Amino acid sequence: MNLLPSLQTVLDDLTQRFGPQMQPAHSPRPNELYLRAPVVLASALCSILYRKYQARLAGVFGEDARAEHNAFFVYYLYALDSAHGFVCVRVPVAPEKPELPSLTNAVPAVNWQEREVQDMFGLKLVGHPNPRRCALHDDWPEVYPLRKDFDLRTKLPPFHGERHKFRKVEGEGVFQVPVGPVHAGIIEPGHFLFSVAGEPVLYLQLRMFYVHKGTEKLFENLPIPHCVRLAESISGDSSFAHATAFCHAVERASEVEAPPRARALRTICLELERIYNHIADIGAICTDVAFVTAHMHAMRLKEHVLRANEQLTGNRLLRGMAALGGVRFDFDEERIRCLRTLLEFLEPEFNSLAELIRSHSGTRDRLETTGLLKPGVARDLGVVGVAGRASGFDHDLRRDFPHAFYDQVTFTVPVFTEGDVQRRMVVRREEVLQSISIIRQVLDKFPPGPIKTELERVPSDRVALGYVEGWRGEIFHWVHTAAENRLARCKIKDPSLQNWPALSEAILGNIIPDFPVVNKSFNLSYSGTDR
Amino acid sequence: MFDVLRKSLSTGVVTTPYPNLPPQVSRQARGKPEIDWSNWKDARPAAAVCPTGAIACSEQGRTRTVRFDLGFCIFCGLCADADPAIRMTNACELASRNRKHLIDSATYDLDVDGRQQRILEWRAGFKPETPEESGQALRAGIDRVLGRSLHIREVDAGSCNGCEIEIVGLNSPIYDLERFGVHFVASPRHADMLLVTGPVTRNMELALRKTYDAMPAPRLVVAVGACGCSGGIFGQNYATCGGVDQVIPVDVYIPGCPPNPHALSHGILLAVGRLPEKRGAGAQH
Ligand code: SF4
Repeated sequence: MNLLPSLQTVLDDLTQRFGPQMQPAHSPRPNELYLRAPVVLASALCSILYRKYQARLAGVFGEDARAEHNAFFVYYLYALDSAHGFVCVRVPVAPEKPELPSLTNAVPAVNWQEREVQDMFGLKLVGHPNPRRCALHDDWPEVYPLRKDFDLRTKLPPFHGERHKFRKVEGEGVFQVPVGPVHAGIIEPGHFLFSVAGEPVLYLQLRMFYVHKGTEKLFENLPIPHCVRLAESISGDSSFAHATAFCHAVERASEVEAPPRARALRTICLELERIYNHIADIGAICTDVAFVTAHMHAMRLKEHVLRANEQLTGNRLLRGMAALGGVRFDFDEERIRCLRTLLEFLEPEFNSLAELIRSHSGTRDRLETTGLLKPGVARDLGVVGVAGRASGFDHDLRRDFPHAFYDQVTFTVPVFTEGDVQRRMVVRREEVLQSISIIRQVLDKFPPGPIKTELERVPSDRVALGYVEGWRGEIFHWVHTAAENRLARCKIKDPSLQNWPALSEAILGNIIPDFPVVNKSFNLSYSGTDR
Repeated sequence: MFDVLRKSLSTGVVTTPYPNLPPQVSRQARGKPEIDWSNWKDARPAAAVCPTGAIACSEQGRTRTVRFDLGFCIFCGLCADADPAIRMTNACELASRNRKHLIDSATYDLDVDGRQQRILEWRAGFKPETPEESGQALRAGIDRVLGRSLHIREVDAGSCNGCEIEIVGLNSPIYDLERFGVHFVASPRHADMLLVTGPVTRNMELALRKTYDAMPAPRLVVAVGACGCSGGIFGQNYATCGGVDQVIPVDVYIPGCPPNPHALSHGILLAVGRLPEKRGAGAQH
C-alpha cells in the first residue's frame, strides 16, 4: 500500500537519521505508518517527531508478546495532524529487564499513560518524575492484569488499607479538602484533594480509576462481535462513538470498508450523540452557576433528542446501532421524517435557549475568566476535543482525519484562545449548530445502498488503529487481532484520560465553589478513563 | 428576568403522565426480549450471539436446559436477529423484587442433531408478580410516596455512566420525580434509598459498603441496570464484584442497559411499596 506522501517524507527522514536500527514494518493503510525500533531509540524518535513534525504523542500502550516474541511491546502512537497521518513506533522490552525509559519529562501529556503501562504490565519506568501507581490503587497486590499469564477471572482479596498516598501540601493557613469518591451529585466516582489557602485553590490532586472494570482485558476474552457491545459500555455518553471507533479499527484490520450509506448513518449518529451531550453540558454549566431555568430547558431538549434516538435506533443512547462493517439499522422514510422533524424543532428551540443564556449577564460574569487553561499548558498536556479547542488547539479528527462521511460535508471548527469556562460552553454551542447542519447535509446527500459489509471472520495477527471524533474529543481504538475471531489486544483511548490533568491546572487560583462548574465545563468521563 | 418567565410560560407543562398512563416508549424501542419457549427449536445460535450470556445453554445427555436471565440482558436484540423464536418487545417496566424472578428457564428433549424436540419443563421466573399484583404494589407504593417523601442517594459503583444519564433524567421537567416527593440527596445519612449502578468495582466496594452503613434504617437498595443487577457484560472479574447484591442486600432490581426513566420510576415506586415489610426488618439492625 502506498503511504501518504507526507508520511513518506517523515519515513525517509527518519530512515536517514536512524539507518537500519529502525525498521519500517508493513503499513497496510496510507495514513498509518508502523515502525520498529529498539527501546533506546524511543526518546530520540520522540523528540524528532514531537519537535520537528509537531506530532502529538496521542497514545502509549503496552502488549505482552512474550509468548511469540519473548518481549513486551510498547507502542508510541503519534498523530501528525498537518500530515494527516499516524506514526506508530513499536519498541520491544526484554522480560529479563522490564524497564522502560520515560518520555514524560519531554512530553508531559503521557504522564498517566506511561504509569498505566507500568501498572498493567509491570514495566518499570526509568526517569519518570512521578512514577507512583496510577491505574491500580496503592492497595492492589503485585499483579499485572494485562500480562497474558494473568487470568481475567482472578479473584483478588477485597480492598483494604491505603488507597493513595496524596502529597502533603503544607504552609501557614493551608488546608486540605478531600472530596469523593462518592460525590454529592449524580455523577461518577473519583477522589479530589484540594489544597487551599483561604479561598483560592493552590493545588488539586486527582485520584481516578475507581471504576476500573478490567475492560481492556475483557476485550481479549470475548469474540470480536461481542466486543462491539462491550465498546458501547466504555463510556455511556459516548456509546456510539466508542463502538464505532472499535468497528473502524477492526474493519481496517480486515481491510474492509463500511459502505457509503453506513458511513452516512454513522455520521448522523455521531452528531446526534454530540448534540444531546453538548446540550446537557450547557444546561449543567448553567445550573452550576444557579441558572436553573436554562438547565431545565436544556434537559427538555435533550429528552427530545434521546426519544428521537430511540425511534431511530431502538435505544435512547444509540446502543445496538453500531456493527462491524457498517451499522445495524437503516433509516427508512419514516425515520428520516422523524429526524428532520427533530432538527426543525431543535434548531429554533436551541437558539432560543442559547439566547436566554447569552442575555443572562449573571451567568456570563461567573463563566468568563473562570477555570482558565492557557493554550501553552493545553498543548503541553496534549488537551484535545472541546477543551482543546477552547484553549487554542485547532484540531478535529472529523476535519483532519476524515472518517465516516465527514469528507462529504462542510462544517467549521470553532476555536478560541481564552480557555475559560465560557469558551468551553461556547464551543459546545457552536458545535451543536454545526451538527444540525451536518445532519441536514448528510440527509440531502443520503447515499442509497447496503448498510453493512459482511465481516464474518477477522483475519488474525493484524494491527490497526480506529479513530472517531467523539463529542468530547478524539477516541482511538487500537487492535491486534488473534486467531478464532478474537483479539490479542485492544487499547482504548478516551480523550478524558488525556484531559484530566488539565483540570488540575485550570482550577488553580479559583475558589472551591467554582470547582463544579469548572469540572462540568470539561465534563470528562471517569469510566472512559478508568475502563 | 421577563425573558426567562416568558420562555417558561410559553413552554407550558411537559411532564409525562406516567404512571397514570402507560410509559411513552416508541414502537421501535428495544425492551425485554420475548421467547416462544414452547416452540423453540434450537437455542444455540441465540446463545452464541448473546454478548452477555443472558441466554445460556447447558446440556446433559439428550436434554438441554436453556436459561434466560433478564438481569444480564442489554436489550441489544441480537438474539432476535438470529432466532425466529425470539421477538424484541418495547416492554420497559421490568423491575423485580426478587433476583430469581428475572430468570426463566426450560428443559428440552433433543434430537440427534441437538435440536430441541419437546419442552419437558418450563420454569417461569418473570411471571410470579402478575400484572395485578405489581399494579397493586405500584399503587400502594405511589400512595406511600405521596404520603411520605422519599430521599434517594445515588451511588455509581462502576457504571459506564449510561445509567446516570437516565437517572439524571428523573430530575428533568419531563419525568420530574419530585412530583411524588422523591428527592435526590447529597448524603447517605439523609437517604431512605440507595440507587446503585455498576458491576461494583473492586475499587468501589468499600465506598459502597460505607455509604450503605451510613444510612439510617429502614433503608432500601435498588440495583440499577444490567451491571447493577448481575455485573452485566462485565460480569465478575479481577476488577469487578459482579452486581450490587454481591456486596450489599438488594430490594429491587431494575434491568436494562440503561433502564429508561420510565423503567427507573417504576422500579423506585415498586421498591417503596415494600417499605412496611422492610420496617420490621430494619428495626433489627
Ligand atoms: S437482547 Fe438480551 S438476550 Fe438477546 S442477545 Fe442481547 S443481551 Fe442477549
